[in-house]
Amino acid sequence: MAEALTREAAHAAALEQLKGRAARSLWRDAFSRLRRNRGAVAGAVIFLLIVVMAITAPVIAPHDPIKLNARNSLREPGREFWLGTDQFGRDILSRIIYGARISLMMGFVSVAISVTAGSLIGLLAGYYRGPIDMIAGRLVDVMLAFPGILLALVIIAVLGPNLRSAMIAIGISAMPIFIRVVRGSVLSLRNSEYVEAARVIGGRDARIILRHVLPNVLAPIIVLASLGVPAAIISGAALSFLGLGVQPPTADWGEMLSNGRSFLNRAWWLSTFPGLAIMVLVISINLLGDGLRDALDPRMRL
Amino acid sequence: MTRFLQQRLALAIPTILLTSVVVFLMLHLIPGDPASIYVGENQATPERLEAIREQMGLNRPLYVQYADYVWSAVRGDLGRSLQNDQPVTKIIRERLPNTFKLAAAAMVIAVILGVALGLLAALKHNTWLDTLSMSVALLGVSMPIFWLALLLILFFSVRLQWLPATSQPGLKGLILPAVSLAMLSAATLARLVRSSVLEVLRQDYLTTARAKGLPGRTVILRHAVRNALIPVITVIGLQFGSLLSGAVITETIFARPGLGKLVVDSIQNKDFPTVQGAILILATIYIVMNLLVVLSYALIDPRIRLG
Repeated sequence: MAEALTREAAHAAALEQLKGRAARSLWRDAFSRLRRNRGAVAGAVIFLLIVVMAITAPVIAPHDPIKLNARNSLREPGREFWLGTDQFGRDILSRIIYGARISLMMGFVSVAISVTAGSLIGLLAGYYRGPIDMIAGRLVDVMLAFPGILLALVIIAVLGPNLRSAMIAIGISAMPIFIRVVRGSVLSLRNSEYVEAARVIGGRDARIILRHVLPNVLAPIIVLASLGVPAAIISGAALSFLGLGVQPPTADWGEMLSNGRSFLNRAWWLSTFPGLAIMVLVISINLLGDGLRDALDPRMRL
Repeated sequence: MTRFLQQRLALAIPTILLTSVVVFLMLHLIPGDPASIYVGENQATPERLEAIREQMGLNRPLYVQYADYVWSAVRGDLGRSLQNDQPVTKIIRERLPNTFKLAAAAMVIAVILGVALGLLAALKHNTWLDTLSMSVALLGVSMPIFWLALLLILFFSVRLQWLPATSQPGLKGLILPAVSLAMLSAATLARLVRSSVLEVLRQDYLTTARAKGLPGRTVILRHAVRNALIPVITVIGLQFGSLLSGAVITETIFARPGLGKLVVDSIQNKDFPTVQGAILILATIYIVMNLLVVLSYALIDPRIRLG
């Protein structure tokens, strides 16, 4: 009797344990792996600090980022202006604080464009195959035929140089990789048994794609997006640096560097600090992204 | 091999053609009338616009214009610059060698630096040398080219006054632009070489090589590194494209008269025939380079052809 009871209890305990494990989804597992990754946590903290800095810019910036003040022209870093001033007497620190807004926006809006459009095309091409797939394939080939930043330059030549065009240009030129990866994942999923089952019970295509296929390609999309954001931030700054993105007097890190170029032999601080800001932001997101990648897919190592 | 070559060519030629469609359509996608872009918005009287349309053939159907554009391009006529009325082909021909020199120099630096750092990190896996090499690589991939270039100018031109900050003919003027352009590729290569060598070091045939008593150096050099470098060769080839596009930034910073600076300047000056020509040439070079990479890879590793 006692033995039977113990066995039953053990059985119940084992069941409980199994349930507990089943309740831990991919996402919770990933999150706990992420939290144990020191680099990722450090990246996340720095990144959040920059986000807070961008949001609270009007409160924490010591000076106006745009107002000209010839009296303070080209001051060295010191007590009043921690990171110095530019030729128009604008405080570099304040411009860096405000510039975080543009860089974050550039990174996230561009990637949102490439994720949305790229995933949609990839989903449709992988799920339906046929002519849609062929057109998507050619589209990817042509877009990849323009090395690096050149496709963005083509788009900007058409739309005219400003922040909006820069984000659209970077978003579109980063699309092919999303199309390819999502299409590939969908191809391997579309013949899987559960998708087949959903089709057999009469699920409509839209429902199958959204409820059954999309959740399973989400992990690679997130990983790619986390790689895309820092790349988009650098490309955005590069476009502004070339004078083809954000236009003066808006405070933008790339534009600040471009301005500092003319004062290299007189004011080193103009071209040092904005670049440092770009790099810190990019490294923080890279660390976080590396962590996300390891957490979401331990097998996938780049 | 011949069939493989045919297949690859059959893929590359339509891609070049589609690229030319995109480049051709650029002018027609810009809001406004192409003729007024040619004339410039200020002097656009209706009569002049009509004359330009007639002269440039802008009032013909789009596909006729495209066919004409491609046919002229094949014969080496990419139109005339709106800036100085020179043939675009001539401008590009003058500038192309500068871009090639820069990209080639950067390539040499990137390969030497990247392979050395990657090998060092892999062979001294989990030591401080590994950490140091990979930190340098992380810095390399996170540092915007344009910032690195400015820092190099600050240090080597302004402070030490060793090297010129702007382009000068000769090797001395090439060093800073090439180094700043090479960094990103070097860092990418370093990471790839490291993971590739580490991967190979785990293979059974290396254990076999060690077990049969070969000296450590032979095992590493002849068995490990040689096999690890095969994927690296492909990436080196593909990096050439990123060097071409990086030239856009480097040439602008160092005021080097190359193809990249030409694109940026022409976009700013709304000199569309030049933008179209330069981009078409850059994209074509890139496609041809990729084709060569795939072919060379197939020569090295026969499995590629069959797969």
